[in-house]
Amino acid sequence: MKFWRRPLDTDKIKIPHGELHIIWERCKGCGFCVEYCPKEVLELSTEFNAKGYHPPVAVKEEDCINCGLCEELCPEFAIFPVLKEEPEGAEEAKK
Amino acid sequence: MSTVEIVEVRGKVEKEHPMEKLLRMDRIPHIWCPTCGIGTAAKAFASALEQLEIDYNNVAVVSGIGCTGRVAGYMKLDSFHTTHGRAVPFAVGLAIAKPKMKVVVFSGDGDLISIGGNHFIHTARRNVDITVICVNNFIYAMTGGQVAPTTPIPANSSTTPYGTFEHPFNLPLLAASSGAVYVARWTSLHVRRLTKAFAEAIQKRGFSFVEVIAPCSTLYARRNKLGDGLSLMKFYHDNSIIKHGADPREVDIGFQEKIVVGKFVDIEKPTYLDCLNDGYKRVFGDAYKVYGEEDEQN
Amino acid sequence: MTAIKMVKANPKDVLTGEYYLDGNHASAEGGIAAGCKFFAGYPITPSTEIAERISQRFPKVGGIFIQMEDEMASMNAILGASWGGVKSMTCTSGPGFSLMMENFGLGIMLETPCVLVNVQRGGPSTGLPTLPGQADMMQARWGSHGDYEVIALAPDSPQESFELTIHAFNLSERYRIPVFVMTDECVGHMTEKVVIPGAEEIDLVPRRYTDKPPEEYWPYIPEKDLVPLMPPVGKGYKFHVTGLTHDYRGYPVINAEVQEKCVRRLMDKIIKNAKDIIWIEEKDIEGAEVVLLSYGITSRVVQPAIAKAKKEGIKVGQIRLVTVWPFPEERVRELASKIGAYVMVEMNYGQVYYEVERCAAGKCKTVLVPHAGGTVHNPEDVYVAIKEAVK
Repeated sequence: MKFWRRPLDTDKIKIPHGELHIIWERCKGCGFCVEYCPKEVLELSTEFNAKGYHPPVAVKEEDCINCGLCEELCPEFAIFPVLKEEPEGAEEAKK
Repeated sequence: MSTVEIVEVRGKVEKEHPMEKLLRMDRIPHIWCPTCGIGTAAKAFASALEQLEIDYNNVAVVSGIGCTGRVAGYMKLDSFHTTHGRAVPFAVGLAIAKPKMKVVVFSGDGDLISIGGNHFIHTARRNVDITVICVNNFIYAMTGGQVAPTTPIPANSSTTPYGTFEHPFNLPLLAASSGAVYVARWTSLHVRRLTKAFAEAIQKRGFSFVEVIAPCSTLYARRNKLGDGLSLMKFYHDNSIIKHGADPREVDIGFQEKIVVGKFVDIEKPTYLDCLNDGYKRVFGDAYKVYGEEDEQN
Repeated sequence: MTAIKMVKANPKDVLTGEYYLDGNHASAEGGIAAGCKFFAGYPITPSTEIAERISQRFPKVGGIFIQMEDEMASMNAILGASWGGVKSMTCTSGPGFSLMMENFGLGIMLETPCVLVNVQRGGPSTGLPTLPGQADMMQARWGSHGDYEVIALAPDSPQESFELTIHAFNLSERYRIPVFVMTDECVGHMTEKVVIPGAEEIDLVPRRYTDKPPEEYWPYIPEKDLVPLMPPVGKGYKFHVTGLTHDYRGYPVINAEVQEKCVRRLMDKIIKNAKDIIWIEEKDIEGAEVVLLSYGITSRVVQPAIAKAKKEGIKVGQIRLVTVWPFPEERVRELASKIGAYVMVEMNYGQVYYEVERCAAGKCKTVLVPHAGGTVHNPEDVYVAIKEAVK
C-alpha cells in the first residue's frame, strides 16, 4: 500500500487478509462480487460450471482484505472470505 | 490466471458458507434468476438475524405468492408459504397467538400492496407487532412480468405492452400514513445498511416496514431494455440518494430516476396488544389478566 | 382407529347453567367451552351475534377477539393463530363464505384445525340478509378450487348449535381440517332453552402435537389414521409448510407424482375415516315405504307432515343428517333397494338432493321438496310430497 506519509501506528494496525471460498457449482455468474469488490480481487472465469455459468476466480487474492462485501452481495450464497490468521511480525517482514 | 493460492471448491463443497445454518440446504440452489436481487435481500435478512444474536427458534417467516414469496421456503426457520396477498393477516393471527415470537412477513410488492393492500394498511393502522419486508422489483415477476402497483410510468410490462400510465404507489408514504412505526427503504446494493435496517425493524415494537428495491433481470430489466440485474445495481449505485428522515411524501420513484433511500420513520407508538390490554384494563381494572406477558404453555 | 386421549373442558371457559339463548349465542358459547381463544371475523348478518358475544366474553376468558378488515383476512388470521397453537374460529354468512373459500383451501392444504360457522341466509349475491336459507351446502362441499373432502355439521336448534360447535372443534383437531358448522338464520336467531353442562361433562380433543424430536420430524408423515401430527411453533422444529403441492417434508414439489400422493391422502384422510365422522339420526326406518331426509331447521319443520302422513297409515321413516358432509353414501345406497322413495326436504332448489339421487341410483324414487329460502317450508307441501312419493 502506498502512503503519502507513513502513519504513526503502522506497526500496530494490521490489514486483515482473506482467503476466498467460492462454491463453484452454486454460482450463477451474476457478477455482483466482481463489480463491487473494493480491491478488485475477482474476475469472472472463462471456465464453466455444470450449469453453464462463469463463476468468479480470485485473480489478486493477496489483495483481499476480508471485508465480506462479496459474501453480503452474493444472491446465491456462493462466495465468502475467511480471515487468514497472520503469524506475528508478518506485516513487519513484508515492508 | 492467478499465481497465488486459489481456494475454489469445484463440485464438492468442502467449507460451509457461514449462512448455511439459516438455510434449508436441501433446497439450495434456489430458483431465482442470475442477477436477481431477492437472494441478496435474503442474505441480508440472515445476516441481520445473526447480528441480533436472536434465538432462531423464536423467529417465524410468513410469505405470500411470487418470487419473493419463495424466501420462506429457503429459510431454516418456522416458515409459512401462504396464499397471494394473505401473508400479513396470517402473520397477524400467528403474532397474536405467539406474542413473544418475532414474526416477519417477507413478500413482494404485488403480493403485499396490490392484493394484500387492504391487509397491509389495516395491520399498519393497528400497529400489530410484526415486521414486513417488501422486496420491490416494480413488477409481477413470477407470473411473467405484469404491471404492479409500483411500476413507474412509462415502464413496459406484459399487461402494459405500450407502457404503463397509472400512477404508482409510494410505499414508504403508504406505510407511514397507515401508521407504521418504522419505515425504511434501501436497495439490494446497500447490503450493510439493509442488514442494519432489518435488524432495527425486527427489534422495533410495532409494525415495521422495510422496502428493498431489488433488480429483476428477466422481466423488468429485459422488458424495459435496462440490461440485467447488474446494470440495475449499477444504476442504484449512481442514482441512490441517502436521506435519513426524508418526508415520505417526497420519495416517489420514477422510471430510471433518483431513488431516495434511508430510514424515513422511526417513532414510538403503543402496539396492537398494548392498546388491547390498556383498553380492557380501563374497563375491568385489576380483574383483567394482561394478555401476552406470561410464557405460553403450548 | 388411532386412540385419542380426550381432555376435559376448562371450567373457566364453560358457562355452566340453563339459559334462554339464540343459536348464534349458543354457538359462541360452544366455541368458548371448546377452548377457542382466538376469533377473527367480519360483521355479516345474520352471523354477527356470534362475533358480538365472543367480543364480550373473550376478555374474561383470556381470548383475543379481532374484527378484521374483511373475510379473507379473517380466514387467514384464524389459520395463523391455529398454527400458533391456539384454537380459533370465525363466523360468516353467504357472501363472506364465498370470500373465505380460497383460504379455506389453504386450511385444507396446510391441514390446519379451525372452525368456520356459516349462518346461512337467502342467496345468491346479497340475497336476503335477514332471512334463512340452506343454499350454501354444495358450496361447503365444492366452494374452493381443486379436489378435497370436507366435514360440515348442521345443527337444528340452539342447543345443538352449542353442542355441534364443540363437536366441530373436536373433529377439526382430530382430523387436522377446518370444519364447517352450517346453521341458518332461523336457528341462529331462534331463542330456546340451552343447557350448558359442567366442564367435566365436556370432552375435548387436544391439539395433536408430534412427540418426535425436531431432528426426526417431517410435517406430513401421517399416522395410521392418515393424519400427520402437528409441529409446535417456536420450539425448534423449523418446519416449512406451503399451499403448493408438497411432499412429506412440506417442501413444494411440482409434479404429477407428488400431486397424486398429496391430494390422495388429503382426501383419504376423510374418506377412510368417514365411518367415524358420519353422524345421522334415523327413525322408523324398519319397514318404511318412504324415507324423508333433511338437516338443520328443516328437520324440525317436517315433523307435522310426517305425523299427518303416519296417521293415514303411510310408513314414513326419517334420516336427519347431523353431518351433511361427508354424505352417508353407503347407508343411502343400502336403503334405496328396500324402500319405495326418498323425499329430500331442503331450503334450496336442490343441493344435497343430488347426492341422494346419485346414491339411490334409480333403485327407488327420489323426490325433492325445494324452497327458495326466506322462510321455512310449509309442512303441507312436505305432506303432499310424501303422498305423491308413495303413489
